[in-house]
Amino acid sequence: MALLQISEPGQTPDPHTRRVAIGIDLGTTHSLVAAVRHGVAECLPDSHGRAILPSVVRYLDGGRRAIGAEALAAQADDPLNTVVSVKRLMGRALADVAGHAKLPYRFVDRPGMVAIDTRAGVKTPVEVSAEILATLRQRAQDSFDSDELFGAVITVPAYFDDAQRQATKDAARLAGLNVLRLINEPTAAAVAYGLDNASEGLYAVFDLGGGTFDISLLRLTQGVFEVVATGGDAALGGDDFDAALAEWALAAAGRRASSAHDRRAVLVAARAAKEGLTTSTLQTLACALGDGPLRVAVTREQFEVLAKPLIDKAMASVRRVLRDAALVREDVEGVVLVGGSTRMPSVQRAVGEWFGRPPLTNLNPDEVVAVGAAIQANQLAGNAADGEILLLDVIPLSLGIETMGGLVERIVERNSTIPTAKAQDFTTYQDGQTAMALHVVQGERELVADCRSLARFELRGIPPMVAGAARIRMSFEVDADGLLNVAARELNSGVEATITVKPSYGLVDDDIARMLREGFASADEDAVVRSLREARVDAERLLLATRSALAADADLLSADEAADIEGLLAATQRVAGGDDHHAIDAAVKALAAGTEAFAAARMNRGIRRALTGRRVDEI
Amino acid sequence: MNLDDNDFTLFGLPERFALDRSDLDARWRRLQGSAHPDRHAAEGPAARRVAMQWSVRLNQAYRRLREPLTRAAYLCELRGAPIEGHNNTAMPAAFLHQQMAWREALDNAQSDAGLADLDLQVRSAERELLAQLATALDEQPAPALAAEHVRALMFVHRFCADLSQRIDALHD
Repeated sequence: MALLQISEPGQTPDPHTRRVAIGIDLGTTHSLVAAVRHGVAECLPDSHGRAILPSVVRYLDGGRRAIGAEALAAQADDPLNTVVSVKRLMGRALADVAGHAKLPYRFVDRPGMVAIDTRAGVKTPVEVSAEILATLRQRAQDSFDSDELFGAVITVPAYFDDAQRQATKDAARLAGLNVLRLINEPTAAAVAYGLDNASEGLYAVFDLGGGTFDISLLRLTQGVFEVVATGGDAALGGDDFDAALAEWALAAAGRRASSAHDRRAVLVAARAAKEGLTTSTLQTLACALGDGPLRVAVTREQFEVLAKPLIDKAMASVRRVLRDAALVREDVEGVVLVGGSTRMPSVQRAVGEWFGRPPLTNLNPDEVVAVGAAIQANQLAGNAADGEILLLDVIPLSLGIETMGGLVERIVERNSTIPTAKAQDFTTYQDGQTAMALHVVQGERELVADCRSLARFELRGIPPMVAGAARIRMSFEVDADGLLNVAARELNSGVEATITVKPSYGLVDDDIARMLREGFASADEDAVVRSLREARVDAERLLLATRSALAADADLLSADEAADIEGLLAATQRVAGGDDHHAIDAAVKALAAGTEAFAAARMNRGIRRALTGRRVDEI
Repeated sequence: MNLDDNDFTLFGLPERFALDRSDLDARWRRLQGSAHPDRHAAEGPAARRVAMQWSVRLNQAYRRLREPLTRAAYLCELRGAPIEGHNNTAMPAAFLHQQMAWREALDNAQSDAGLADLDLQVRSAERELLAQLATALDEQPAPALAAEHVRALMFVHRFCADLSQRIDALHD
């Protein structure tokens, strides 16, 4: 009989135990979860062997919900309570959602983000997305037979703005996931491709999904994936091809889809016909409408006429992004197709002709994004060998603030590598002005009205001065998730205002707690238990990380400094396993503060090594 | 090595205008390889914060060193001849005449060919200014003269932006 190993109380049994980290592609039409198992990144199937989870949530009676294939099958029968393509609503007000009038929902127009009234009550896109994410989290836990996920990398379209990214992160938190990083879908695809094909050079990733289009240019150099420029259209995808075909078919038959059921039914039929036209040249679009069956024959040629304006729109983005990068198409060494919509022959043809080379399609376009995310998640969890890959991504849209006359002063330019920070000084307009309203926007247009409003905040308590004498320094900081923090400070007086850019609908912790109380799908334990568990996990992680830092670089510390850190470690260790949430938090804070100088010294050493390594190469 | 060190020191490069772009790129990738927050994701909050600061600082320095215009402006500042683009717009008359001629040509250009011709002219002027900058910064050294060239280059770049906007409008 094998002996069971028991570790010292509070010690992680084996510091080299692999942490389970997953990659999630939260797509418009379908979602996937992948993880690195036995050294290989692969999509995790459900109990029926299906990797793809349709991104559909149906709210049923009695607080039940159906998620995935089952919900998808019911979408035409129960359109009001079956939410499809929710990604198009993330971080959007009703007015921002193109074609919302044709969607079969009872929309609730709220400031910030639209919501949908279902039989289970009003649901925000964040909550709907969280149902999908929680389903995938559960699938991953079942696959690994483990309740402890270290964390997840979630992908977002490169062209998502701050509001859409924040909404995605909120949904992940609500689903009980520790978000290691948000990464851009084309970047994730490039990671999967680049590693699979050992590529080097400049690559274009053309990602046409169900609802979004991204084009990214990446330079691959020895494991570094550097995004040179990115562009796209956050509202262009397969759904638009379906809608164009549905409209055409109704017009051809002289019919109308007047009810929610009819509108959904004809869209479903259009999508089936579109998919059929990938391999055949003639399809029949058929469905049952309220006033009788609809049957319309459609040839591939006819469909391609409808598709052309949409493809042209995508190709215009491709040209723009090359111009942004000051590159020409001949510089591109390979074009990778990602997203189910790139299966359309007319899309493949247009891309191939424009770049003058056949696009690469040797990885499954549905799975490649999740696989790339899983590789990155594995790396961020510390499982991969050191220095394997590094992603250097960019911010897709410029950030600025409103100045006099509704004009935008751009502060962070699009395609700046993240993380990034920039400061700019502003001054007062009137004598004695003591407050200033600041309005942060994102977009490329000169007028505030044409950009996306991210946040408004006020700086008060500026000492009265003559106009133009105050110096207000605005600092923008964009982190590695592409999320923005803004701070403003009056330099003469030191008056300060800081905000995390959370648009008016952004969830605060109270919202999350409330949603959990209200019996959210992922809430299999109450919020207090969960937060205590999270605090313990945090403490364990910090203990482990600090010990391995000491093991590597203790020589940077004097004997006194080392003793101080040991003391803090011991104090944290004492409370880490206990039930006192506040004691754990306080110990973790003290340990973090007490290791600040050590962290700086270690970084310094790392930077020096990076530079000397280079010099050695040169010799 | 310090966050406050100047960009050249951070990248281990001599303080001069001439620069090997591929060497700069390689240094940047290498430095980010040890500083980037992703490299410290599994560490504590202190390490993550330091990583964020360094990564931001390296990106800022890389962006400034990468573009000849910002690199030149930075060198002028380091050598006591700040550009002050907003306050100092006095330019030689000949330069202003040329600018006006370009503006006129841009307003009157109707075709791709006309714009392409203008584009060639502007690019050649840009190359000439860059060559003069290299001399003023690396050979003479004459920071005040270099600052004047930088201001001229700023005008040229602004014009380039307008020009490519026109070319875009014609294509889209």
